[in-house]
Amino acid sequence: MGERIVQINLNGRSVRLKAAPNETLLNVLRQKASATEVKSGCERGDCGACAVIVDGRAVNSCLTLAVQTDGATVTTVRGLGTPEHPHPLQEAFIRLGAAQCGICIPGVLVSLSAFLAERPDASRSEIREAVAGNLCRCTGYQKFVDAAEESRIMEGLE
Amino acid sequence: MLPQTDYVKASSVAHALDMLHQYGTGAAILAGGTDLIVDMRERRREPTMLVDISSVEELAEIDVGTGNIRIGAGVTVAGLAGSAIVQHQLPLVTEVTRHFADYLTRNRATIGGNLANASPGADLVPPLLALNASVVLATAQGERTVDLNDFLVGPRRTLLLWNELVRAIHIPTPVPRGQAYEKLGLRTGGAIAVVSCAVSMDQAGGECRRVRIGLGAVAPRAFRSSEAEQIMEGHMFSSDIAARAAEAAANSSQPISDVRGSAEYRHAMVRALVERALHAAYERSSEPQE
Ligand SMILES: Cc1cc2nc3c(=O)[nH]c(=O)nc-3n(C[C@H](O)[C@H](O)[C@H](O)COP(=O)(O)OP(=O)(O)OC[C@H]3O[C@@H](n4cnc5c(N)ncnc54)[C@H](O)[C@@H]3O)c2cc1C
Repeated sequence: MGERIVQINLNGRSVRLKAAPNETLLNVLRQKASATEVKSGCERGDCGACAVIVDGRAVNSCLTLAVQTDGATVTTVRGLGTPEHPHPLQEAFIRLGAAQCGICIPGVLVSLSAFLAERPDASRSEIREAVAGNLCRCTGYQKFVDAAEESRIMEGLE
Repeated sequence: MLPQTDYVKASSVAHALDMLHQYGTGAAILAGGTDLIVDMRERRREPTMLVDISSVEELAEIDVGTGNIRIGAGVTVAGLAGSAIVQHQLPLVTEVTRHFADYLTRNRATIGGNLANASPGADLVPPLLALNASVVLATAQGERTVDLNDFLVGPRRTLLLWNELVRAIHIPTPVPRGQAYEKLGLRTGGAIAVVSCAVSMDQAGGECRRVRIGLGAVAPRAFRSSEAEQIMEGHMFSSDIAARAAEAAANSSQPISDVRGSAEYRHAMVRALVERALHAAYERSSEPQE
């Protein structure tokens, strides 16, 4: 049925997009906002490749309708930092070589950054649990957790 | 692609109920979407109107009333996990949130959606049965309160009428202190339950009181094993009686064989999990507060 105008704050910029009620946030971000850094995986909430932060909460964009996010602030991995000023997590991922094939990394960084913002003192096992919804078939989890811990130390030094 | 549909964001419970009434049986409530959007993608459901209740604030509250704890239907699993009221009074529920799906899904999935969806394996149901929860249902005409045990009719079937929504879940207080939860999945992270079991009880000088045993994923719907409860109720706790109650719980289940396990395996696991949960609940129990 009829398209609506959806206005979101995407990575700090205000964007107006057209979306029909049956379009997911995932598809609208990729196809209408050039946000191809948001990856499409299982499209049923299992893999976490499409994770984005909506109003401070990390969610799967494949199970969110674009029309639901009218007025919301949406952050993708691209909004976490820039090549010049990467997020401490992004920096730690680069330093430790935590990305292998890379397909899961945008979702992993989104989950971890949102989780550490909520729970800066989380234990190592809680950090592991926070990426349980992000499937990585290169099985790079060890380095994700190492990088998450290192990013906290780096943040503490700043 | 999702099937074509229409959408309205409800601003209040009254607004949501109005929309349900107006759009009739083609309308569906959209809460976290973690069941509904998946069902729509797989064409198991094709609602013509989605009534989005995810930003209705009055559904997202947890408060302590007189004689009960009230949890709004729109409270997410993450919201349950972070609630001090839940942590202090309903450790059973806090425990379940740790085993529920994953971080991303917990941020969206709601308690109301878990109950309304009525999957035989819905994780919040056995604990809420063990806590003797009731469900507050609302239509534009008014409200009714039903026992969760009656609310669940069968697999994916509830008492909900087409124009009705789940507004809140009420848990009577004082809540028994002895609470325990056991879930068996095929792996530790985010797995669908093969068997899940929740127990709550009080004790008076070693005698078991108000014993409630909720079981999930081992019958067409989650249920309370009254056979097992009766074996415990009013008796001194012992390993022997816990073993007998666990056996009765296993016999009261009607497990199926599927990809996650055979019926025989489930039967054996009900016995093991109930026995373990009874011991843990007893250890945590105390004199009733009344
Ligand atoms: C990756 C993944 C992992 C999962 N893991 C688990 C798990 O470990 N344990 C588990 O139990 N479940 C799990 N689920 C299933 C699902 O997340 C839960 O059942 C969840 O609680 C559903 O809530 P929701 O808010 O997303 O419901 P929705 O999908 O929005 O709705 C589900 C159904 O309930 C109806 N509904 C929702 N709210 C109301 C209301 N207030 N009144 C009336 N009707 C309503 C809807 O119309 C729909 O029919 C998982 C799902 C996914 C995608």
